[in-house]
Amino acid sequence: MRFEDVLHPTPQGLYSPPGDFWIDPVVPVPRALITHGHADHARAGHGAVLATRQTLDIMALRYGEGFTDTRQEAGAEPVDIGGVTVRFVPAGHVLGSAQIVLDHGGKRFVVSGDYCRHPNPACAPFEPVPCDVFVTEATFALPVFKHPDPAEEIARLMQSLAAFPDRAHLVGAYALGKAQRVIALIREAGWDKPIYIHGALQKLCDYHADQGIALGELRAATSDKTDKKAYAGQIVIAPPSAFNAPWARRFPDPLIGFASGWMQIRNRAKARGVELPLILSDHVDWPDLTRTIEELDPEETWITHGREDALMRWCEMTGRKGRPLRLVGYEDEVPE
Amino acid sequence: MIAFADLLERLAFTPARNGKLRLLVDFFGARSDPERGYALAALTGDLELRSVTPSLLRGLVAERADETLFALSYDFVGDLAETIALIWPEPDDPVSPPLPDLVEELQTTGKAALPGVIAARLDQMVQSERYAYLKLATGGMRVGVSARLARSALAQYGDLQVTEIEELWHGLEPPYTVLFAWAEGGEKPVNAARAPFRPVMLSTPIDLDDLRALPPDDYAAEWKWDGIRVQAVSDQGERRLYSRTGEDISRAFPDLIDAMAFEGALDGELLVKRGDRVAPFGDLQKRLNRKTAPKSLLASHPAFLRIYDIMVEDGQDLRELPFTKRHDRLSAMVSALDPLRFDLSPRLDFATWDDLAALRADPPDQVIEGVMIKRRDSPYLAGRIRGHWYKWKRDPMRIDAVLMNAQRGHGKRSGYYSDFGFGVWDGDTLVPVGKAYFGFTDEELVELDRFVRQNTTDRFGPVRAVKPDLVLEIAFEGLNRSKRHKSGVAMRFPRIARIRRDKPAAEADRIETLREMLPDPVDPA
Repeated sequence: MRFEDVLHPTPQGLYSPPGDFWIDPVVPVPRALITHGHADHARAGHGAVLATRQTLDIMALRYGEGFTDTRQEAGAEPVDIGGVTVRFVPAGHVLGSAQIVLDHGGKRFVVSGDYCRHPNPACAPFEPVPCDVFVTEATFALPVFKHPDPAEEIARLMQSLAAFPDRAHLVGAYALGKAQRVIALIREAGWDKPIYIHGALQKLCDYHADQGIALGELRAATSDKTDKKAYAGQIVIAPPSAFNAPWARRFPDPLIGFASGWMQIRNRAKARGVELPLILSDHVDWPDLTRTIEELDPEETWITHGREDALMRWCEMTGRKGRPLRLVGYEDEVPE
Repeated sequence: MIAFADLLERLAFTPARNGKLRLLVDFFGARSDPERGYALAALTGDLELRSVTPSLLRGLVAERADETLFALSYDFVGDLAETIALIWPEPDDPVSPPLPDLVEELQTTGKAALPGVIAARLDQMVQSERYAYLKLATGGMRVGVSARLARSALAQYGDLQVTEIEELWHGLEPPYTVLFAWAEGGEKPVNAARAPFRPVMLSTPIDLDDLRALPPDDYAAEWKWDGIRVQAVSDQGERRLYSRTGEDISRAFPDLIDAMAFEGALDGELLVKRGDRVAPFGDLQKRLNRKTAPKSLLASHPAFLRIYDIMVEDGQDLRELPFTKRHDRLSAMVSALDPLRFDLSPRLDFATWDDLAALRADPPDQVIEGVMIKRRDSPYLAGRIRGHWYKWKRDPMRIDAVLMNAQRGHGKRSGYYSDFGFGVWDGDTLVPVGKAYFGFTDEELVELDRFVRQNTTDRFGPVRAVKPDLVLEIAFEGLNRSKRHKSGVAMRFPRIARIRRDKPAAEADRIETLREMLPDPVDPA
C-alpha cells in the first residue's frame, strides 16, 4: 500500500479515498473533516461535517445553524469511516482546534491543521502523536521566526499603558482565537479593569466565556457617543481591519498595536502603521516546527501551506523525506 | 545594551516627533554616563567606528546558518542586519554587555580581529540587542531620528536651548560627559575647538499688508536665493562649512573650503554657479548628503557662496554691531576673495514697499525665491526673533491636479485617509506628479476622506486608488527635473491649497503646463 492510496492532495483539499472524505476542503464537498474554525479551513455548505464540538459551535456561530446538512461531533473515542480509524487530538491553535489522526492498514497519518506549542490559556495544548506521515503547516517556517514568550509581549503592552496613560491602546487581533488569547493573557498579567472590544468580537468572546475561558469584564467599544476621554489609558481589542475604518476615530490619540507572529519582521509592522508590535502567534515557530518533526519522527513529512521551500531544505539537511503539497486556498493570515 | 536596544525598538515604531523626544528624554534621565552619551552619538552619527561591511557580516552568518535558509530568510525580511539578528542562534545564558564596552571595542579592534570579536558578541546577546549592535556596527540606526532631533531631546532634558548645544557640538566628542553635566545643572562647557558653529539668525514670514505698518527707511532688502543656508568658518587654518542646524558638511564641498581664504565666520547661501548663472536647486542637491565629492562633480557642479552676513572677523565678534555696520565690514572683506567662489548678496534699491513689491514680482533670476527684509540696526541674534528679519517669499506655484490615490494616516489621523497622491493629464491618462499630506483644514480632511471611501477602485496594502473625479489645487514652492519620477518632475513642498469641487477632472492641468514651469537648465559653462 502506498501512502497516497489513503490520503492525497486534490484541488478541493486533502482527500482520503477509502474514507471518501476531505480534510479542510476549500469548496463544498459531500463529507468534510474540519480541524478548526478559521474561515479558510472551515467553510460553509458541506453535506456532512465531522469536527470537535467547539469547532461545530464556532461554525454555527459564524455561518448560522444551516452551515451543513448533517454534523457529527468528534468525541474522545475514535470513529471508523470506511475502514479508516479517525481520531481528533488537540492542536493548541485556537479553541476547538484539533489534529486529525488517521489509522489505516497499519499506517498512521497525522494532519496537523494549524498548530502551536506555546501555552495558550484560551485552548487545550498540542498533543504529539508519533506517526508515519505528518502533514504539517509551514506558515512561519523560516529560521528567523522564533516567537518570544507571550507573557513578555503582554508585559510590553502594560509598560506602554503606564508610559502613555492618556492614549487609548488599540490592539489588533483576529476575531477567533487571537483576540481571546490576548484578553486572557492581559488578565494573567493582572489587568482587572474592563477591556473594550469591537462589535465583531462579541459573539466569539461570549462563546469563549461560556466555555470557561476567563476573560473578565468586557465592554462594547461600539458607541461613538462615548466621551473620547473615557478611552484614555484603556485597552481596546479589535480586528485589524477596523483600524482603517471610521470606527478608529472615536479614540483619543490612539496607539495602535497588533498581535501577530508577523510582527517579528519590522517592515511588516511598519507597513501596517503599527506603533506597538506584539509578537504573538497561534502557529508553530521554526524551533517548535522542527522540534515537532524530530519528536514525531515520521517516515514522510507533507507540507500543506506556507514557506515550504525552507522546510523542504531543512528536511534535506536532516535526511528526512519531505513533500510539498502546494494546497491552495489557505491563507497566511486569516483576514477576519 | 538592553536599554539602548529597547530605545531603538521604541523609536523605530513611534511615528510622532513628540513621542520620540519623550523616549529620548526619558532615556537620558534613566541611564548614566558614558552610556547615554554613546547612545546620543550613535543617533547623531558621530561615533567614528571602523566600518563593518555587509560582506563581513555575510561571512559571519555563513558559519552559523545554512546558506539556502539564510537566503530564503533574507529574501523575506529584506534587511541584512535584521535577518542576521533574527537567525543567529540564541545564547543559553545571555549576557547584556554595556553599550560603552561595545563601542570602545569596535573603535579599538583591528581589522583582522574584527569578525571574531563581532561573532563572540552576537553569541552573548538576545535578539533585540543583536539587532541594535549590528546597526551600531554598520552605522545608520534608521529609526527616524535626525541629529537635530537627538540634540533637541538633550536640550529638553536639560532645559537648554538647542542652539546653544549646536554651538558647542563640534568642539565636543562622544560620550559628551560635559554636555550631560551641563544639562544637569553643572557648568556650561567652554568651546575649545577652532572654527566652531554659531547659532544662525532666522527670519519670520511677512506680507505686504504687514509691511505697510513698517517705515521702509529703517530696512534694507536683498534677494532670497534658493540654495541652502550655510555658515563658512575659517579660524587659524581650520576651515569648516556648516548647515544652518550645525551639521558639518565640509567634506562634501572641498572646492569651497579651498577658497575660504579669510579669517572669520560668514553667513550665506550655498549655490551651484556656472559662470554668471546660478543653477537650479536640483543641481545643488546632487552635491548634498555626500561624504566626499568626486572630481568630475566638482567640475560640473561648482559650489559658490553668496554672502549675506558676517559674524566674526579676525577673531573679533561682530554680532553686536548693527546690520549696516556689519555689511560695511563685509564689503571690504569680500573684495579680497575669489569671485568665482564668493560674492556679496547685493542690496535692493527701493524707497517704498510698492517699489519692493514690483522687484519681487519680477526677479532677475529664476533661482530667487523672494526677498529678505532686514532692519538696518539689527544685531545678529540667535534663532527666530520677531521684529528684525523678515522673509517675503514669492507666491507659490499652483496647478490643478486630479486625486489618484490615498493612504491612511497615523496618530491623530488614524482612521482617516490623509496622504494624497495626485496627477495631471498626459494625453488621456493621468501621470502621478506628487503627494501631499497637509494644507487642508480638518473639515476638508473629512471631506477628502469621505471621497476616498466612496470612490475606491482598488487597494494595494494601505493605499487606495480612487476614481479620477476630484480636482485639487496644489500649491508648491518649486519644481525640479527628476529621473526618479515617471513624470520627469518633482515638486518641492506640495500641499493642498483648495478642493476644486467646481472643476471637472478633464479640465485639470496637463503635464505640458508643469514642464513649462521647470527652470531652464544651466549648461556647464
